[in-house]
Formats: sequence, structure tokens, C-alpha cells
Amino acid sequence: MLKAESVAVFRGERLVFRDLSLSVPSGGALVLAGPNGAGKSTLLRLLAGLVRPAAGQVLWDGQDAFADLAAHGQRVVYVGHQDAVKPGLTAAENLRFAARISGKSIRAALEAVGLENLADLPARMLSAGQKRRLALSRLVLSAAPLWLLDEPTLGLDVAAIERFGRLLAAHRAGGGLIVAATHVPLPLDNVAGLRLA
Amino acid sequence: MRIFLAVLARDLRLSLRHGADTLAALLFFVATASLFPLAIGPAPDTLGRIAPGIIWVCALLAALLPLDRLFGADLEDGSLDLLLLSGLPAFAVAGAKALSHWLVTGVPLLLAAGPMAVMLRMPEDAIPALLLGLVIGSLLLSLFGTMGAAIVLGARRGGVLLPLLVLPLLTPVLIFGAAAADAAAGGFSPRPHLLLMGAMLAAAVPLCPLAAGAALRAAAE
Repeated sequence: MLKAESVAVFRGERLVFRDLSLSVPSGGALVLAGPNGAGKSTLLRLLAGLVRPAAGQVLWDGQDAFADLAAHGQRVVYVGHQDAVKPGLTAAENLRFAARISGKSIRAALEAVGLENLADLPARMLSAGQKRRLALSRLVLSAAPLWLLDEPTLGLDVAAIERFGRLLAAHRAGGGLIVAATHVPLPLDNVAGLRLA
Repeated sequence: MRIFLAVLARDLRLSLRHGADTLAALLFFVATASLFPLAIGPAPDTLGRIAPGIIWVCALLAALLPLDRLFGADLEDGSLDLLLLSGLPAFAVAGAKALSHWLVTGVPLLLAAGPMAVMLRMPEDAIPALLLGLVIGSLLLSLFGTMGAAIVLGARRGGVLLPLLVLPLLTPVLIFGAAAADAAAGGFSPRPHLLLMGAMLAAAVPLCPLAAGAALRAAAE
């Protein structure tokens, strides 16, 4: 259960948002909408613990989530708008770090996003959509309950979006939480929405 | 500890894959140190006298070369966020980075320093003191360098700022490291100089990663 209570965030001198509260139950999904620059990405980074709130607090199961930032890091998988893919490594090698932490299989993660045939290809040869799928495969590799997704379907084709929808549904069925920022409809059903002005 | 090793393994694999970048620091060290006999002349007395200084200054400058990319590449492609969310405290991430910098840059410089000292006609009985000083000194270079690299992260001219920030902090290391080798060459004991460097290392091991970790968190924000 993730909860934010009247949080405010400054970026430099600018107030991005204030008095923002949200709550995501176990198995729930929250979609953030709003114009460019409304603070969707900032809110996601706040929930990940990468940005500190100027006021208010973020609670995980009723406890202050940021009391131990390292422990909060293990509860979170964050897919930002950058793919964090190293061009010099192969697709499988790019996932090895995440796999060593969770102990899960790289092969299964690549199969979940349909990249199993490109496992040994250097990541610089992958297309933008394939790199995105590689970044999304880290979701499968991780055991963390909270998925924070920043425009996750950017550059994906129709089949990949459908496959991604099945991943999201499976995660929620297992009691996982999803918070996503997006401009296009995500393959999710019965979601809560939050509009940032 | 498992995550610490995962960060270290990841960095070592990246360094191995970008072999040219990794070798650049070593080749820079060998090339600059080889220029001195050409510029000063091959007289063994003069060369042997200034050899510890040459090796120390060249090693210090060579160790600065890869610092610019130590966190820079990870910040640009978003990997830094993943490192900070790996479940490892930020200071441990910085510690793993410092260790990988030492393994990839410090150790090859150490291995090359011996042959370079012989080439520069350094007195034989001073070479162990030089190398011992370099072992401690290269660890200090990696620790202070990692701290500097984390602090300038995200700055517009980080590459220019970095040496300005790190070099003043490294002057005590340079002074005592070269003095240890000089003392041994003059027939004195290098022990006090090496002990002072050991004391600096004992302070830097906990403090530098803490400062670097705080800087990484600030850069990610």
C-alpha cells in the first residue's frame, strides 16, 4: 500500500506541485495524466525516493517510506524515459546486474518481452522500440512490488503493447502496485487516474 | 554485500568491454613518463634524482583521465537511477565505483610504475619505497577522484572543474609519496612518510564514499 500525503516538490526555485495526495492499494494501478511539464515524471521520481519532498510525506504500509532509502529502493522498479541500456554490452549482459540482485532468470525476462532471439546482440544494434522492451524486461527481473513507469509504451509496436499489458495484469494479480505516467491509453483495466494541472 | 559485488562486476565488465578507454590512462602514463628523458637528457644522475617525482606526477594525472566518465555515462543514460535504486546505500555505490576505478586504473599504473622507475634510472633501493607509496597513493587517488567526480556530476564543464577540485586535495599525497621515495634514495627510512599516507587513507576510506554518496543523491535529483 503506497500513500502520499500532501507532498510538495521544488525543482530549483520552481514549485512543481503542492498539497498532492494519492493512495494506491495492493494490486492497484494509478495513471498520471497532465500536460507536459505538469510534474508527472517528478512525481514518479519522488515516489522512487530519487527526489525528496519539500513538504508532506510518502508512506509505505503506513511507515515513512524514505526513512531507509536503500530499503525503499528494493521495493521499487523505476523505468524512466531513458532506457539505461549500455550500447557496448549485449542485451543479456545489460540485464545481468538486475538478475544478480534478484536471482531471477535473464532468459525468462527476455522471453517475456519477446527479445530472446536477440539476447547475444550488442545493444547498439537494437532499434529504439527494442531498447525500450529491454528496459521493460527489468520489471520482470525484479521482485519489487512497486512499478513506476514513465511513458512505458513509447516506441512499442501493437504486439509489444499487448504483451506488456499481460505483464502489467500478472503483476497486479500478484498484489503488485503500478504508477504510470502516460499520454496514451495503457493496456490496463479498472485504473485510478490522477490529473496534474 | 551481494549487491556491492554486483555493482563492481557490472563496472568491471563495462571497463573490459571499453578496453580502449581503460588502456588510455595506462598509455598516457607510459607516454608522458617517457617524454622526460627526451626533454631533460639521458644523464643517469639527473634522471635518477627526479624519477620519483616524474612517476608520481604522471600517475596522478593519468588516474584523473577516466574520472570524467566514472559517473558521467551512467547519469546520461539513466543507469545512475538504477544504481541508486538497487537497494544499496548511495555511499556503498560510490565505494564500489572507487574500487572499480582502482582495479581498472590504479593496479595497471602500479604494475607499470616499476619498469618505468628502472627506465628512469632510479636508485634500486628506493624502488620498493616508491611502489609501496604508490599502493597507498593510488587508493587515495581513486577515493578522492570518485568524490570529485560525484561532486561535479551534472555541472556544465565538469571535466574542467574536476582537476581543479581534486588536485589540491591530492597535493599531500603527492608530497609524502614522493618524499618517501626520496628518503629511501637518500638512505633514510621512508616509514614516517608511508605512515602519514596510511593515516590519510584511514580517513579517506570512510569519508570519501560518504561525501560521494551524498553528491550522487543530489545529482540524481
